Amino acid sequence: MSGSTIIFYLLAALTLVSGLLAVTTGMIFRAAIYLLFSLIGIAGIYFWLQYEFIAAVQIIVYVGGIVVLIIFSIFLTQQAGEELPKQKMGRQIFSALAAFCGLALVLVQLVQHEFVITNGKRIEPTVANIGNQMLGVSDGGYALPFEVVSILLLAALIGCIVIALKSKPETE
Amino acid sequence: MIEPGLYHMLFLSAALFFIGVYGFFTRRNLVTMLMSIELILNSVNLNFIAFNKYLWYDKLDGLFFTIFIIAIAAAEAAVAIAIIINLYRSHKSIDVENAEELKY
Repeated sequence: MSGSTIIFYLLAALTLVSGLLAVTTGMIFRAAIYLLFSLIGIAGIYFWLQYEFIAAVQIIVYVGGIVVLIIFSIFLTQQAGEELPKQKMGRQIFSALAAFCGLALVLVQLVQHEFVITNGKRIEPTVANIGNQMLGVSDGGYALPFEVVSILLLAALIGCIVIALKSKPETE
Repeated sequence: MIEPGLYHMLFLSAALFFIGVYGFFTRRNLVTMLMSIELILNSVNLNFIAFNKYLWYDKLDGLFFTIFIIAIAAAEAAVAIAIIINLYRSHKSIDVENAEELKY
């Protein structure tokens, strides 16, 4: 058992345990902090897989962007130190059962399935390779989806401003 | 403990996905439901990266899917939080049980 194996299991445990705590804790602010640790664990797994660019994007966008946004919205909408109301026991048991059955189904399928591995030449996920293919217009290039996503982000930006705008009192 | 491979990644992402599903079923607060959705999206990203790394390493397509999912998730979270804040302004609560006017 090598050091890299131990690191993988530690990162997986960090991700799963803090993810589980994020969905079960009663304090909403703690849930946000546990979510933060879960996302950091996933970024660590990307580092472990040597996809450094994705790991950096994960840290910048999720840890630095979305979690901060969630914490701000908690501050704006929640009374400090207030606990979330407890859910009905029946609903909790039913949800746990549904999630567990789904997980068991997926795992059974996964164990039975034989994956086919390609025999092509490995392309390293370096930033140069990613950039060339991301902005390429030739076969396999992602220039068009890139532009579409930029339009989507612009639309989301304008949409957020319009939705969150305080409506002015009506003037005759 | 054996050397981690594709199956470990898929087990991890399946477990994370169903943790998110459990949270989505049990939570009744919009912000915590949004957190569960983020967990689900992250498990999908992990799946794409694992397939790209272990099965189709001669392409970068899984990586691009992950990048686009992250961008779309950021847009989705921003819009969702704008809606939540607007809902809080009109209802003084972000519990889904209290926001049921659209039903009728």
